[in-house]
Amino acid sequence: MLAHIGQKVAQTFAVLLIVSFASFALLKLAPGDPVVLMLGSEFSQETYDDMRAQLGLDQPFLAQYVQWLGDFVTGHWGTSYVGRADIYTYVVHEALPVTLTLTAASIFLALLIGVPLGVISAVRKDGVLDTVVAAGALTLTAFPSFFLGILLIWFLAVRFGLFPVMGFVPPWQDFAAGMWHLALPALTLSTFFIGMIVRVTRAAMIEVMEQPYIASARARGEPQWRVVWVHGMRNIMMPLVTTVGLQLGGILQGAVLTETVFSLPGLGQMLTNAVLGREYVLVQAGVMLTALMFIFVNLLVDLSYPFLDPRLRTR
Amino acid sequence: MAVIDVPRKRGTSHGIFRRRPFFTLACLVVLFFIACAAFASWIAPYDPLAQSIDAMMQPPGGDHLLGTDSYGQDILSRIIHGARYALLIGLGSVLLGATGGLILGVAAGLSKGWVEWVLVRIIDAILALPSLILAVAFIALLGQGVDKVTLAVGLSMIGPFSRTVRSDVLQVKSQLFVEAAGLMAIPRLHIIRRHILPNIIFPLCVQVTVRVSEAVLVSASLSFLGIGVTPPTPDWGLMISEGRGFVSFAPWMSGMPGLALAALLIALAIMGDGIREEYDPKLRQGR
Repeated sequence: MLAHIGQKVAQTFAVLLIVSFASFALLKLAPGDPVVLMLGSEFSQETYDDMRAQLGLDQPFLAQYVQWLGDFVTGHWGTSYVGRADIYTYVVHEALPVTLTLTAASIFLALLIGVPLGVISAVRKDGVLDTVVAAGALTLTAFPSFFLGILLIWFLAVRFGLFPVMGFVPPWQDFAAGMWHLALPALTLSTFFIGMIVRVTRAAMIEVMEQPYIASARARGEPQWRVVWVHGMRNIMMPLVTTVGLQLGGILQGAVLTETVFSLPGLGQMLTNAVLGREYVLVQAGVMLTALMFIFVNLLVDLSYPFLDPRLRTR
Repeated sequence: MAVIDVPRKRGTSHGIFRRRPFFTLACLVVLFFIACAAFASWIAPYDPLAQSIDAMMQPPGGDHLLGTDSYGQDILSRIIHGARYALLIGLGSVLLGATGGLILGVAAGLSKGWVEWVLVRIIDAILALPSLILAVAFIALLGQGVDKVTLAVGLSMIGPFSRTVRSDVLQVKSQLFVEAAGLMAIPRLHIIRRHILPNIIFPLCVQVTVRVSEAVLVSASLSFLGIGVTPPTPDWGLMISEGRGFVSFAPWMSGMPGLALAALLIALAIMGDGIREEYDPKLRQGR
C-alpha cells in the first residue's frame, strides 16, 4: 500500500510540474513587454536594461522558470500592476476564502439534496418518482447556471425580496448574515451538481442493491431503512467521493460564473478582471490555484479509498 | 479491414426515434435552431444590429415579439442571429478539440515506457483545469472575438477528448487482429490507419455529439463574463450579461436569450444522452 501511495504522490508531483511549467509559459507568451509596462512611456535604454536585469528577464528561460517556481512556492507572487497590491495577499487571503466558502456550501447542499433523491429513485426504480427525478436531473445538469442565477435574483430577490441581490458577508464574522447572503449563490452553483449526484447515487445504489450482502441483510430480517441507509449507503461512498473529486473542476468553473452573477469578490471575479486588465500574473495565479486545488483534492480522494473500502487495504 | 462488429440489436435507424420520444423532440428542437441559424437573414423580422431610440426596452408583444433591449435592438432578431454564433462556435470548437484529442490520445495510447508516462501526465495536467478556466487563460493570450473564442474553447476541450481516445486505443490495441497484424510485420503506420483508427472514430463521433452542449455552454459563459465575443455581436451570453443590470424592470432582456440558450443546451443534452446510450458499447453492456 505504501508503494501505491508513493506512486500516486510521484504522479501528482509530475502533473504539478507540468501545470506550473505551462502557466509559466503563459506568462512568457503573453503579449506586451513587462519592463515597458513597469517603466511607463519614457525611459532610456540604460534604465530599460537595468530593470530587465532586476526582473531577471536577461536570464535563460529555464533559469527564469526555476526562479519563478521558487518564488511561487515561497509565496512571492509579485505585485499587481494596476492595484499595486501584493498578489499573494490579495489572492490567497481575500479572493480564495470567498470561493472556498461558496464551493463548500454548494457541495454540501448538493449532497444534502442529491443523495436522498438518488437513493429513493434507485429503491423505487422505474417508478413515477424515478422518471421525474431522472428528467429533472438531466435538465438541471444542462441548464446554464449563470442564467439560473439571474432567474433566482429576479424571482426571489427582486420580486419577493426574500434574499439579498448580491454581496458577500464572511460567515466566520457574522454566520447568519453570511449564510443569508450565500443562499442564492450556493443554490445556483449546486444545481448542476445536484443532477450529477442524483445520477451517480442512483446508478451506484442500483448496483449495490443486487449484491449478496444486501440479500443476506434482508434475510436476517433487517428493516428496509437499515438495509438501504446503512448497508447500501456505506457501499456507495466510494463512487460518491470520486464524483465530488472529479467534479471539483466543474464546481470551480461554475463558481467563476456564479461569483460574477452575484458580484462576489472571489477567484472568478479576480480572473475576469485580470483578463480584462491584461494582468497576466493574476491570470497565471488563478490558473495555478485552480489546478492545485483540483490535483490536491483528487490525491486525497485516491488516498481515501482504503479507508472507505476495507477490501482495498490488503492490496 | 477490421472493424469490431458492433451488434445493432434493435431495429433500424428509424427505430430510435420511435423508441425515444424525448430524444425525437430534442432532435426537432436542435433542428429548429439549426434552421434559425441557416436562414437567419430571411427569418429575422429586423436587422439584429439596428438601434432605435424610439423603441428602447419595449416589453414583449406588439411590433417586437420578444421586446427590445436598452439600445432598441429587436431581441427576437438578435436571438435568431445568435443561434448562428452559438452553433458555429460550438461545432467549430468541438471539432478542433476532437482533432487535437485524437492526435494526443492516439500518441499516448500507442507509445510505451517513459514517453507514455509523460504523455499521460500531460493529459492529466490539462484535465486538472476545468474547460472554462483553461479557455479564460487562452482568451487572456489570444484576445477577444468569435474566431478567438472558437480557438480557445477548442483548445480547452483537447484534454477530455484525448482521455477517451486513449482508453479506446488501449482497448483496440489489445485485440487479436492488431496483435496479428503486428506479427505479420505490417508497418506501424499502416496498422494505425487500417486497424486502429477505424475502430476509434465511431466512439469519437459519439463523444463529439455529447460534448457540443459543453462547448456551447463554455463559449456562452465566456461572453457572459464579458471576455468572449465583443458587442454588438448578437451572442446569447453577451445578451444575458447586458440584460443583467435591467433585470428588475426589463427581465425579458436577459430572460429571452437565456431561455433560448437553456432550450438549446437541454435539447443537446437529451440528444447526446440518447446517442450515447444507443451507441456506446460500454454503457450498453450494463457496465
